[in-house]
Amino acid sequence: MKLRIKTLLVAVSMLLAPVIALAAQTQEFTLKNGMKIIVNEDHRAPTVAHMIWYRIGSVDERNGTTGTAHALEHMMFKGTKHLKPGEFSRRVAQMGGRENAFTSKDYTAYFQQIEKSHLEAVMALEADRMANLIFDKEEFGREIRVIMEERRLRTDDQPQAMLYEALMATAYAAHPYRNPIIGWMDDLENMTVEDVKAWHEHWYAPNNATMVVSGDVDAKQVQRLAEKYFSKIKPKTLVRTRPQNEPEQKGIKRVTVKAPAENPYVMLTFKVPALRDADKDEEPLALDVLAAVLDGYDNARLGARLVRTDRVANEVGASYSGVARGPVQFILDGTPAAGTTTEQLEGYLRAEVARVAKEGVSEDELKRVKTQLIASQIYKRDSVFGQAMEIGVMEMSGHSWKDIDRLIARLRDVTPQQVQAVAQKYFGDDALTIGTLVPLPMTDKDKQPAVPASSGPLR
Amino acid sequence: MFKLIAGTVLAFACSLSHAALQIQSWTLDNGARVLFVQSTTIPILDLSVDFDAGARRDPAGKVGTAAMTNAMLSRGVVGSTIAPALNESQISDAFADLAAQRGNRLDNDRGGMSLRTLTTERQAAVAMLTRLLAQPSFPAELLARDKVRTIANLKENLTKPEVIAERAFSTALYSTHPYGAQLTEASVNAITRDDLVAFHRQHYVANHAVITMIGDISRSEADGIARELTAQLPQGAALPALPPVVAGKGGEQRIAHSSSQAHILMGMPALQRPDADFFPLMVGNYVLGSGGFVSRLMNEVREKRGLTYGVSSYFEPMAQPGPFQIGLQTKAEQADQALKIVRETVDGFLKQGPTAAELKAAKDNLVGGFSLRIDSNKKLLENIAMIGFYGLPLDYLDTWTANVERVTAAQIREAFNRKLHTEQFSTIIVGAR
Repeated sequence: MKLRIKTLLVAVSMLLAPVIALAAQTQEFTLKNGMKIIVNEDHRAPTVAHMIWYRIGSVDERNGTTGTAHALEHMMFKGTKHLKPGEFSRRVAQMGGRENAFTSKDYTAYFQQIEKSHLEAVMALEADRMANLIFDKEEFGREIRVIMEERRLRTDDQPQAMLYEALMATAYAAHPYRNPIIGWMDDLENMTVEDVKAWHEHWYAPNNATMVVSGDVDAKQVQRLAEKYFSKIKPKTLVRTRPQNEPEQKGIKRVTVKAPAENPYVMLTFKVPALRDADKDEEPLALDVLAAVLDGYDNARLGARLVRTDRVANEVGASYSGVARGPVQFILDGTPAAGTTTEQLEGYLRAEVARVAKEGVSEDELKRVKTQLIASQIYKRDSVFGQAMEIGVMEMSGHSWKDIDRLIARLRDVTPQQVQAVAQKYFGDDALTIGTLVPLPMTDKDKQPAVPASSGPLR
Repeated sequence: MFKLIAGTVLAFACSLSHAALQIQSWTLDNGARVLFVQSTTIPILDLSVDFDAGARRDPAGKVGTAAMTNAMLSRGVVGSTIAPALNESQISDAFADLAAQRGNRLDNDRGGMSLRTLTTERQAAVAMLTRLLAQPSFPAELLARDKVRTIANLKENLTKPEVIAERAFSTALYSTHPYGAQLTEASVNAITRDDLVAFHRQHYVANHAVITMIGDISRSEADGIARELTAQLPQGAALPALPPVVAGKGGEQRIAHSSSQAHILMGMPALQRPDADFFPLMVGNYVLGSGGFVSRLMNEVREKRGLTYGVSSYFEPMAQPGPFQIGLQTKAEQADQALKIVRETVDGFLKQGPTAAELKAAKDNLVGGFSLRIDSNKKLLENIAMIGFYGLPLDYLDTWTANVERVTAAQIREAFNRKLHTEQFSTIIVGAR
């Protein structure tokens, strides 16, 4: 029920950490046109995850055209010079494959999971749509309506998602992270097929793409196939201008969303350092450990005290992800119990961080966090797809897959003093934005939508 | 976005390694059934313990008892001469210190727990799980606390169109049968600590346990673990027979809601395990609605008309006839248009069955994708636990692809028309305008 932001670095460390031998079984090549190929050999089962990651996401969109990156993701299934609309999916299905795609703020990724003998076929298909995608106006006209349904399903009819959207738009005044990945509804209604075509032309290039293959493959064979299908695609000049960096926040911000719901809900986001140098940065690792101390397992501090002991909340959470192209946040959230207001819950959540700031964390707590970290490296080997995801996210965020092992090792060295120091430094008012969901009662007569229908003057 | 890939909830099993899957199975003296697959490539152990303790066993008027009992296994364990009592924090910390991951499992038919542990830590992890299963203390104070949270959660869920639709759908299908019972504030409030104790004693019993293990241990080690997990569980009497499932009379139900989308569910009770129609239904349903973008429903409603982000159909086989269910969401003003397309698509499929090309595509996908269903411990665990609980043959996995290959278009048409009668469908529409 509560909206959980995947704590990516924690995800890397807690859930997706590779075995020590990752370095030995993972290799990297770069084609002459700049396309990077990463192969993670895992011969446990005769299956393969094949992924193409484009380093382009909603962060690269500009005003009036939010949602374009995601709309192109949909259009990538709608035909090429060689394939009819829907043919891509038919062919993958015929191979017994599973496929999907996803767009995030920082990247857009496409994947197939197949029995290993089909790797060449899916590579050919991905190369084809990288180079030869076509843009039919009618197909687009239908698909943009599908995307509007997706927006309604995931956001407009979900109060906590509406709150998160408003919170991001408030926390970031200038930076494109303020925009939802799916796009504002008005932008969807005004998007044209030319917008999507231009996006593909500018950004879908081999030198803006990374292939990640994980599973029962031979690295040399993967390299040969990648050369065969992708090396003839020409690189493009990628012009990234206007970073729209967020100016420093100099005071607390607040936003309220009213929507039909039963329970109030509150989300606090603090602007904190991102991981930029995997070898040297210390504070992002300490923040990661702080998030784990607060909410890394079911008896972590927030749940243990606020939900189970003091009973001031029904749900609580803390999350941090330091791995991103842009600025990052530390989030505290919660649903107050009856008799507690959201303002009070804000205070209780911040008090838990203040407790760490004042008293520090115990060696036992850190040990528990680190024990789970180490084990997760082993558990992670049970998912070939999970390993591919981990590699891709790191690569898209300005890091290398080689940093995965390094970061695990460094996380184990985080000290109680370092955790205490970040708790003291980053949780004041001035870089804080608070979003509050105020529930509107549900009545039979209440036919007003939570979101006003997109309206406004045509320009 | 993730494109919605509609999947059937029929579970399939397959081998992890290149060799044929070796499922070893035996029954302990106390009646517990054990299924074990050795998997040595990663030093971990995944196991599940399932009992006939699912939601269908809720006492009348106390819907939620099965779930509450299951959730509260980890709220405390009783002390004994050899081990002290533990509270919920100590239990949680104990698992965390071992880096062991425990999970709760509950559906209509089954209730139990799962465990993932490093093989090096398995003794302590299994010992702790054993105590949760056998010696829960059910602290009354925590029951009161958890009821409050459950009710807050329930009330939140009751504002959501998708939940309103699901509840109305299962009530329409199952009426007074336990499969249709709904959690309410009153039913939760009615549950007492005595109810939890009684439920636990009656249902968490050795002779109704199914233990499934996948991991880097030997058969004799697996046997030892199974014995340990069940040694302190009592023997249970035979559980009362459940009433038969009598399909409701069907019909359309419209429920108002202010959401921007209408949520639509359509179907009827259809399939239990085992059933001779299983493979024709599974293969046929791939064509109709679970094959994602290549299914008829997705093609008609999304690809051709842009009416929805996701539409799918699936059979959910259960111990008694589980539902056949079609579901979709669409802008509220489009509900009737979408409904019309869905009905035409279903009617067409029931009349014609699949084309030869569709049948071939279905088989290509199901057979070609078989290895993806079993390429991890986690996937294997689910498939084999299902085999164990529902008493499917141990060679179910080995014969699965051959069973798919054997299915004919005529069998699909017959099976669908035997199981599904659209005049008996219940159709729930929440939020249409």
